[in-house]
Amino acid sequence: MNIIVCLKQVPGTTKVNINPETNTLMRQGIENIINPFDAYALEEGVRLKERYGGKVTVISMGPPQAEAALREAISLGADEAILIGDRAFAGADTLATSYTLSRAIKKIKDFDLVICGRQTIDGDTAQVGPETAEMLRIAFVSYVSKVEEVKEGLIQVHRLIEEGHETIEATLPALITVVKEINVPRLPSLRGKAKAKSAVIPTWTAQELETDPARVGLTGSPTRVVKIFSPQRTRTGEVLQGSPEEQIDSLIKKLRGSQLI
Amino acid sequence: MGIKINIETCTGCASCVAVCPFGVMEIKDDKAYVNVGCTLCGACKEACAFEAVIIEEEAKAPAAEGHRGIWVFAEQREGEIKSVGYELLSRGRELADSLQAEPSGRGLKTELCAVCLGNNIKNAEQLIAYGADKVFLVDDPALGSQSEDLYAGALVKLIQEHKPEIVLVGATSLGRSLIPRVAATLQTGLTADCTDLAIDTEKRLLLQTRPAFGGNIMATIICEAKRPQMATVRPRVFAKKPFSGRQGQIIKVDFDKAAVTSKTRLLSFVADLKEKIKIEDADIIVSGGRGLEKPENFKLIEELARVMGAAVGSSRPPVDEGWIPYSHQVGQTGKTVRPKLYIACGISGSVQHLAGMQTSECIVAINNDPNAPIFEIATYGIVGDLFKVVPMMIDKLKG
Ligand SMILES: Cc1cc2nc3c(=O)[nH]c(=O)nc-3n(C[C@H](O)[C@H](O)[C@H](O)COP(=O)(O)OP(=O)(O)OC[C@H]3O[C@@H](n4cnc5c(N)ncnc54)[C@H](O)[C@@H]3O)c2cc1C
Ligand SMILES: Cc1cc2nc3c(=O)[nH]c(=O)nc-3n(C[C@H](O)[C@H](O)[C@H](O)COP(=O)(O)OP(=O)(O)OC[C@H]3O[C@@H](n4cnc5c(N)ncnc54)[C@H](O)[C@@H]3O)c2cc1C
Repeated sequence: MNIIVCLKQVPGTTKVNINPETNTLMRQGIENIINPFDAYALEEGVRLKERYGGKVTVISMGPPQAEAALREAISLGADEAILIGDRAFAGADTLATSYTLSRAIKKIKDFDLVICGRQTIDGDTAQVGPETAEMLRIAFVSYVSKVEEVKEGLIQVHRLIEEGHETIEATLPALITVVKEINVPRLPSLRGKAKAKSAVIPTWTAQELETDPARVGLTGSPTRVVKIFSPQRTRTGEVLQGSPEEQIDSLIKKLRGSQLI
Repeated sequence: MGIKINIETCTGCASCVAVCPFGVMEIKDDKAYVNVGCTLCGACKEACAFEAVIIEEEAKAPAAEGHRGIWVFAEQREGEIKSVGYELLSRGRELADSLQAEPSGRGLKTELCAVCLGNNIKNAEQLIAYGADKVFLVDDPALGSQSEDLYAGALVKLIQEHKPEIVLVGATSLGRSLIPRVAATLQTGLTADCTDLAIDTEKRLLLQTRPAFGGNIMATIICEAKRPQMATVRPRVFAKKPFSGRQGQIIKVDFDKAAVTSKTRLLSFVADLKEKIKIEDADIIVSGGRGLEKPENFKLIEELARVMGAAVGSSRPPVDEGWIPYSHQVGQTGKTVRPKLYIACGISGSVQHLAGMQTSECIVAINNDPNAPIFEIATYGIVGDLFKVVPMMIDKLKG
């Protein structure tokens, strides 16, 4: 079974602040990590390989420093890694990102399953998985919490939705997005670390992927961020005073007063 | 489309570096240099006193040409239309009324339409009461099991046929999984999980505001050159505003089974709500967090909820620990709720949790740490030990 895991490098914290004077993101001194949901995607890929044989290829579209995340993925059990990098890909929204990833996946060609994280912790859109699946015209299942089995060209999975759990069967090749309930990622092994060190990670550019220039990067991105700002927390609250009993009495009185209870 | 620096006129003053919201400008060899990550927002161009920043905008195709009207996807489950559909129609009505149907403006208004797919859909006429001028109703047994493949196929076809300029969808499990596929097929932009919508009436642009970086920043996003402009919108951010006696038209559309096939099959579904009251619809929610310490202590929350006629919610740690099913989780990766009253017990108030409940009308926080961030958004705060406060509240409310 040949598995492709899509992985994004993200800032290691979501606690980015906005400089109130210049309205710019302050990202100094923030370390980059593998997007947490993608660590679950990778782990699931490696487990499926261990169960059914085959290989795991990780791909990431990003700047040159994203290679570090790919190397880490090899230390965690991936067999091969490919960086999708070209200045022409920069500034991509989810549509352009998905198009570019789908071109890379088509170039890899021989695959049964693509695994993505449910969402990233920076862009947060959760759109790249479903959009990529659609561009590949393959089966898609979101929010997968367990892979039950893979058999005879079919994959059976559990998915977690608002209302409960579903069991779904999909035809292969398929793309799934995974939630954190799916597994507990392993730590890198010594052998893995050694392998990661010496691994050769190719970079695929626009030329190799034969991408349509009108569909990548900023040009290929219909959405545009025109403004960023800090969220407003406007609420003038009241901390109740007195003994616990007095506080509760006063709370109940206020809630009854405003007919909330 | 792209950005260039005219190195003849650039003085390396770095004013562009200071204003770039994404931190991608840099001074290299005394000249400005644009790193990967630029979104062409234009802040640098505005700040540059030497006109050294050149943003090449391609002549945009007149995108809105031929696309008219605002659509709301009204999601249903087992025939019941979800509240978010009504919320989006209420906001959609206001947006449609602010847009003239024709640029020349003969007082014609923009049409607001609802689309509902499913089997044995109940109360479709309610969609008119909440503001729809037309309802496209695709009611077919094949659509009963919520197959996203079939939904996507049917929606794409309707959108291609009727060409709306805006499509709004609830940011539910289904919406966030289905709609990206529709947007990808239509090759248009999609903004995720919006918490505010406005209109630039002159340019007929939807201004879509959404949280990113786990709710730490807000971004306003536009889609200029492609139609429709599509957005998923969080449930409970807009209020429902019904009209009485509104007239509208229900248009039944046949589902073309031959046109789409499904690559997935639903084998089984297990609902995992423990309570009868769904947290999405509850007027009062009592939520517990890590401060409860043990699974058996969650009974305290359940008891308080019972005496108040409330639903039970949770922050993420109790779900992670298996004290309560995921369907009770409130927050960025759980549900968004907007009850009249939200009582948070032993919850610190992380941005991810706040993302799911901060628009509640009244928030009560019970926490023994006076510095917990939850107090910053609480209407009423009780600083104290929940193991004392909650039982006492239960007694008083019972009594
Ligand atoms: C503040 C802000 C708001 C934004 N809002 C929007 C918006 O509303 N709509 C929009 O279209 N774009 C938006 N973008 C752009 C978007 O963040 C980028 O397109 C980004 O490249 C991918 O989106 P994401 O991070 O949301 O990924 P998600 O869609 O959340 O990612 C889901 C999964 O896809 C895979 N994946 C994602 N990116 C990559 C990659 N580069 N390489 C390999 N695998 C990947 C991973 O498995 C990941 O877990 C926004 C950007 C910013 C800075
Ligand atoms: C990508 C991502 C998505 C996430 N999504 C969500 C989400 O959807 N929902 C969510 O909730 N979280 C989410 N989180 C997790 C979030 O960051 C926080 O870790 C979580 O909300 C903390 O839950 P808590 O407030 O219950 O626990 P804590 O932060 O540990 O707070 C426990 C609180 O209980 C108080 N306490 C302890 N004992 C007592 C006592 N005896 N009496 C009174 N008070 C007491 C403490 O003072 C403390 O404030 C997400 C995180 C990430 C990275």
